[in-house]
Amino acid sequence: MTFEKVAAVLADYKGIDVSTIKPESTFAELEFDSLDVAEVAMKLEDEFSITLEIDASDKTVQDLVSRIEGTK
Amino acid sequence: MRIIGTGSSLPSKTVTNQDLMEFLDTSDEWISSRTGIRERRVLSNESLLQLAFGASKAALEDAKLSPDQIDYILCSTVQGEWVTPGLGCIVQRELGASCPALDLNGACAGFIYALDMADALLKAGKAKRVVIVCAEAMSRIVDWTRRETSVLFGDGAGAVVVDGGEGLLSIRLTTRGDSEILHMRAPTGNSPFEGNPAGQDFLHMAGQEVYRFAVGACVEDLRALMGETGLTAGSIDYFLLHQANLRILEAVRSRMGEPPEKFPHNLERTGNTSSATIPILMDELNRSGALKPGQTLALAAFGAGLVNGACLIRWNP
Repeated sequence: MTFEKVAAVLADYKGIDVSTIKPESTFAELEFDSLDVAEVAMKLEDEFSITLEIDASDKTVQDLVSRIEGTK
Repeated sequence: MRIIGTGSSLPSKTVTNQDLMEFLDTSDEWISSRTGIRERRVLSNESLLQLAFGASKAALEDAKLSPDQIDYILCSTVQGEWVTPGLGCIVQRELGASCPALDLNGACAGFIYALDMADALLKAGKAKRVVIVCAEAMSRIVDWTRRETSVLFGDGAGAVVVDGGEGLLSIRLTTRGDSEILHMRAPTGNSPFEGNPAGQDFLHMAGQEVYRFAVGACVEDLRALMGETGLTAGSIDYFLLHQANLRILEAVRSRMGEPPEKFPHNLERTGNTSSATIPILMDELNRSGALKPGQTLALAAFGAGLVNGACLIRWNP
């Protein structure tokens, strides 16, 4: 559920097909630079009504999911 | 408080992204896609004082005032020509003015902080006309051996003259003290009583954190001002945002839900000139005839401190 919502936000932001986004997809593969990641983190904060801390160790979509679920 | 004159001055030397590739591992594609910047002006054979004086003189001429009619000079700069005297004092001398002059360091939000101070001076009856000049030599504080920051900034000066007429609708300032995500240490001299004197430091910036702060603070400010005045984003004619990065402008624009034409920008030519970005942009718009009396302008800036500030003004020169 969390992954689906995150993928939808990422797909909408970049205008890409949501089916191309997998949990193991890296930001580099999806052509998200660090400011893109910062921007989607802000959008995910709004989507999930949470505060999201991210850093250089976050490299994949799964990292974002884990942050949101509180497991990272 | 209303703005009755604008002026700006940029250094003569242009450095393009292509030029930077000669000594930095970077590319025009990387810099422009990440920031929108294609070129910037840097000091080479003129001084920051000359830029500050040039912008101030142009603003006074635009306001049709002589220097002796000025009651206060506020000079916003992260680092002037000298630690002391303040840059504003020497601008005062060059102008031939005889009023008090004070430097302030509000980092990239220095122009908004200076507008607020000028408003206070005018309301207190301590001044009838104030010159605000923002003059920044970012080329002197970035590390030119590292691409992380040196590609982002430029040098320049912008100035306005304000008087007590109708114009300022609302203004707000915020400070959240933080020396971690955007900072540069001052030189520590050679005191024998302090251990390990630091040597030359340079500007350090945590890109993602600063981006999130900038977008969040800017949107918060604009929404608060609109809430306070009852104005909507639709009724604002231009959003003059601190020219740090086109991605930040776009992030704010999309949250405001307004078209790009309302978000003029010149950072592609100037880079980030810290507190000078808004007055330089305002001067370009003023001289091109883009600003019409009665228009509503939103100004918003954010910077090291962490500081942010914004105001709504009715253009009424």
